[in-house]
Amino acid sequence: MKKYAYFPGCSLEKMARSYHDSAIETLRRLDVELEELEDWNCCGATAYFHVDELLAYTLCARNLAQAEKQHLDVVAPCSGCYKNMFSTRAHLQHEPDLADHINYALEADNLKFTGTSAVRHLIEVFVQDIGMDAVKAKVTHPLRGLRVAPYYGCQILRPRKDQEDVEQAHFFEDLIAAIGATPVEYELKLRCCGGALIITNRKAALSLVRNLLQSAAAAKADVIATACPLCQVNLECYQKLVNQEFGTSFNMPVLYFTQLVGLAFGLPPKKLGIGTELVSAEPVICHARSKPS
Amino acid sequence: MADKPTFREEIAGLLHASMGNPLDMCMQCGTCSATCPVASGGFMDNSPRRIIAMINAGLKERVLKSNTYWYCASCYHCTVRCPRGIDIAELMYGLKRYTVWHAKTQEDLIGPVFSETFVKMIVRTGRSFEPVLATSYLFTLGLPEMIQEAQTATTLMLKGRLPLLPARIKRLDNFKRVLKRIIPLGDPDA
Repeated sequence: MKKYAYFPGCSLEKMARSYHDSAIETLRRLDVELEELEDWNCCGATAYFHVDELLAYTLCARNLAQAEKQHLDVVAPCSGCYKNMFSTRAHLQHEPDLADHINYALEADNLKFTGTSAVRHLIEVFVQDIGMDAVKAKVTHPLRGLRVAPYYGCQILRPRKDQEDVEQAHFFEDLIAAIGATPVEYELKLRCCGGALIITNRKAALSLVRNLLQSAAAAKADVIATACPLCQVNLECYQKLVNQEFGTSFNMPVLYFTQLVGLAFGLPPKKLGIGTELVSAEPVICHARSKPS
Repeated sequence: MADKPTFREEIAGLLHASMGNPLDMCMQCGTCSATCPVASGGFMDNSPRRIIAMINAGLKERVLKSNTYWYCASCYHCTVRCPRGIDIAELMYGLKRYTVWHAKTQEDLIGPVFSETFVKMIVRTGRSFEPVLATSYLFTLGLPEMIQEAQTATTLMLKGRLPLLPARIKRLDNFKRVLKRIIPLGDPDA
């Protein structure tokens, strides 16, 4: 059984509990175990990097050093946590002096960063480490005919890690196809949901969310699939405000990709945290129920 | 005695750790501004392209008065598309830090207050807790928006999606000692 150090991040404790539950349940079916990172701390989000870079790196390095202590690669379900930890590791590997400085601080918690634990996003675990064939093999209730808009958002793909193409990603579509659903092509799949601007510049964020909902709705999507708790909250929990602000009438369910995978694996919706949405996911569940293989 | 660095040099210094190219590589093509969903939506007073031109022209006061970088959502789309390889999103981070440390942020911006509240919270507990964060912006909202926000929060709470108690890490004392070795934060037990 493959095992990872799991860094849930602050949102998955409550706001995105359904992401947490569905990740654990679906990975268990795929023989992957998530061992929670011992005494993890907040990754710093974007806010910490706004104030002090060195402290922000230190926060991430503490988590990375803890994963090394557990001799496991780290997996983060949140795109923000993922980007912060991934880039911290890369940065400290390139700057040994900085790593030394941070290691002096980490000593106070009996930890040391050496860079041996890699950082993965949860969706990379599905599409790269496990692979489409293994996912496909566990599907008992293919979501045939369900039109899913895969929403990549930003920080899984950006910033670029090496020289890779960040404008033509296709792995999310492939995963949706692997569970029997129809991935819809829509223009804004790589565009930003507004992130923390939902708090710091609401007008701008609501307008970005409106654009995304419009783009997915125009492509006749039944549901948007996300891989980040902030994207999910912006697209789902603020949908009502978008409708009030722009006079629209969106009623678009927004689920985590792990919830859709779980439905295709025949797991009960409740175990996947379905039922805690502000925009009902009932049409999606009905769809999953009506098409057993 | 060495000369005081110009504003342009100060900003170049902020980007020292960035893998991107220096700002004077900018050829003002505007790909960043056209790509930026916030700038192209008309929400920034100066577009990213303009901010770079202003920095290169040494227009310090106007740059510091701008809302551009506080309205950057860190989507990195400008960074990956810049044909001159400038890490524009990192520049926005650098400008945020510069204005926070120089206490030069515009008064009506929520971003700086939110970031500071966030950082103080993490330093105290090691974890994020939404209700504390809300206090940093709730009172800046107009009454209708405040009521909307309260309604959203209530619905989320009824669905069990809002934490009632703050989480904190177990080795909090060690954690504070770690942070203290990076910047002195006062007595960790205070």
